[in-house]
Amino acid sequence: MEGFLSDIFIAPFVSMWEYPVFLVEVLVGGLLVGVMYSLVALGFVLIFKASGVFNFAQGAMVLFAALFFAGFLEAGMPVWLALGASAVVMVALAIVTERVVLRPLVNQPPIVLFMATIGLTFFLDGFGQMIWGSDIKVIDIGIPKEPLEIHGVLINSFDIVAGVTAGLLVAGLALFFHYTKIGRALRAVADDHQAALSVGIPLQSIWVIVWSVAGLVALVAGIMWGSSLGVQFSLALVALKALPVLILGGFTSIPGAIVGGLIIGASEKIGEVYWGPALGGAIEDWHAYMIAMVFLLFRPQGLFGEKIIERV
Amino acid sequence: MFYREAGQFKVSYAADQAIFPIRQDQIGMAMILAVAYVVMPVAGSEYWLETIMIPFLVFSLAAIGLNILTGYAGQLSLGTGAFMACGAFAAYKLTTAFPDLNIIVALLLSGVAAAAVGIVFGLPSLRIKGFYLAVATLAAQFFLIWLFAKVPWFTNYSASGVISAPPRAVVGELYVTGVHATPQARYLFCLTLVAVLALLAKNMVRSSIGRQWMAIRDMDIAAEIIGIRPLRTKLSAFAISSFYCGVAGALWAFFYTGTVEPGAFDINRSFQILYMIIIGGLGSILGAFLGAGFIVLLPIVLSRLPLMLGLPISTATISHIEVMVFGTLIVFFLIVEPHGLARLWRIFKEKLRLWPFPY
Repeated sequence: MEGFLSDIFIAPFVSMWEYPVFLVEVLVGGLLVGVMYSLVALGFVLIFKASGVFNFAQGAMVLFAALFFAGFLEAGMPVWLALGASAVVMVALAIVTERVVLRPLVNQPPIVLFMATIGLTFFLDGFGQMIWGSDIKVIDIGIPKEPLEIHGVLINSFDIVAGVTAGLLVAGLALFFHYTKIGRALRAVADDHQAALSVGIPLQSIWVIVWSVAGLVALVAGIMWGSSLGVQFSLALVALKALPVLILGGFTSIPGAIVGGLIIGASEKIGEVYWGPALGGAIEDWHAYMIAMVFLLFRPQGLFGEKIIERV
Repeated sequence: MFYREAGQFKVSYAADQAIFPIRQDQIGMAMILAVAYVVMPVAGSEYWLETIMIPFLVFSLAAIGLNILTGYAGQLSLGTGAFMACGAFAAYKLTTAFPDLNIIVALLLSGVAAAAVGIVFGLPSLRIKGFYLAVATLAAQFFLIWLFAKVPWFTNYSASGVISAPPRAVVGELYVTGVHATPQARYLFCLTLVAVLALLAKNMVRSSIGRQWMAIRDMDIAAEIIGIRPLRTKLSAFAISSFYCGVAGALWAFFYTGTVEPGAFDINRSFQILYMIIIGGLGSILGAFLGAGFIVLLPIVLSRLPLMLGLPISTATISHIEVMVFGTLIVFFLIVEPHGLARLWRIFKEKLRLWPFPY
């Protein structure tokens, strides 16, 4: 028992103090993995903001997009054409989803829409794998994977590319939301559906756009995750990692998704490396959820979420 | 024509407040019970009892549990699988630590153990609401399953981590678990337990505590203002829901699979039970049974359909199509009737009262 307590309360900090370079390596690795979580969480936030739908299918969309991209590459398309073709597939998916799933379910309680997206998850998993098969596919678009050494700290260059991509994507989305007409309309819809409708914003086409943007974000996330892990069914489970990121950052905040992703990624890696062995390993399955839950007790709306105001 | 309450007068409060106030409903319920108790064990094959009826009963019980929490008290939970696992492991530890303990007592105590865990993981519900709470309950799901897989004490230090349920008898030599138990005995035991617990649940949701849950569900602040204590109400919903799920988990491990393993109670199990209550109908005990029947039967029908139609499809494709059709059906059902099968049944009864006249 004494050894166990020291393994938990003393040994990790001692080893952090003694090998600071290793700590920085773990931290940076965790932060860059966190960026990848943010990519998935971003899609959730976009859809939740604009339509109030908790889109459980985001993970399946990541897998779906990655399957199509990898499939197109295998069919011999050049990278840019495969990218364009999968983007078209994701937009088509958004249009079909809006028409077939969302429109008939307007005004239903959130839990029904949530269940509908779970149904969509099943459909996408089955459909994607039926077309492209369930073997592991490899995406190789020429991202370097060898480690770089910066001031004695080893960093995987692939992680850096992923981080930069996520940064560019977020910057692009922020510009899109702030400086385009469609972006303003999106923000108006996110604020208040009724008011947006009454000033003449077409709600349904806004939903198509939001789902398309979420689909494109899923495509980017799918390519990134697919190149690091290979395209396979377990990619859809990345969505489960993105959920604690969401509650940490708040469902409605894009910066929240990024910061939440970084916190979860870093603490997950540090927890796994320093506390994992003492607890028997594989703690990263639940560790992020525990952090998020304890955190929620103090801020029920997440880091950057809008304050929840309730009236009778 | 034949489903009409005309001429049935209630002369006492007890008659007025009966669960089935109309005589036709009473007869119908009696017939269902007769079929379940007499026809099924006699006429049903071993396959039918073991792979359809027992899982149906176990799932119904778990669905009642989740329906109390989500359908009546309005607290969305994705941790059902974990609470079932609590029940299963508690039952295993109880039966191995106290071999003389009666199986009924062991099952009920394992429900109590699950209820205690449910209260702990229900505490955040006082601060967190809606989808935030749903994600927070995932913490319970992942943490508990990890705990059961990692701590060898729960599996009595078995090397493989998969343990089989010990044989136990209700009275004398009447074994209901283990290799000696006949499918009939196991089925009847499950049926009785589920029937009693379902009756209890039905009465609970019709009484003061059920009305408190529904008030909290409809608007918790308003409920608080009219004097309903949120702490007690929410935690009692978590406790009772987890009790039902825990007993269901113990039944699953002891009466259906015969083995206790954490893998059987993963996140997909939680989702499966959530589908049941949504497709069956939120806030309805009948809905829990209808939804469980639907979800248990659907994959069996789907996997047999291509064979029956004689379509030459490879098994891998079939499994993908199965998943696809399952997803499509869920969406289809939600669009057609978002209030579930229980609502369809109520509409059908309204129509039947007037039939064959138009109004």
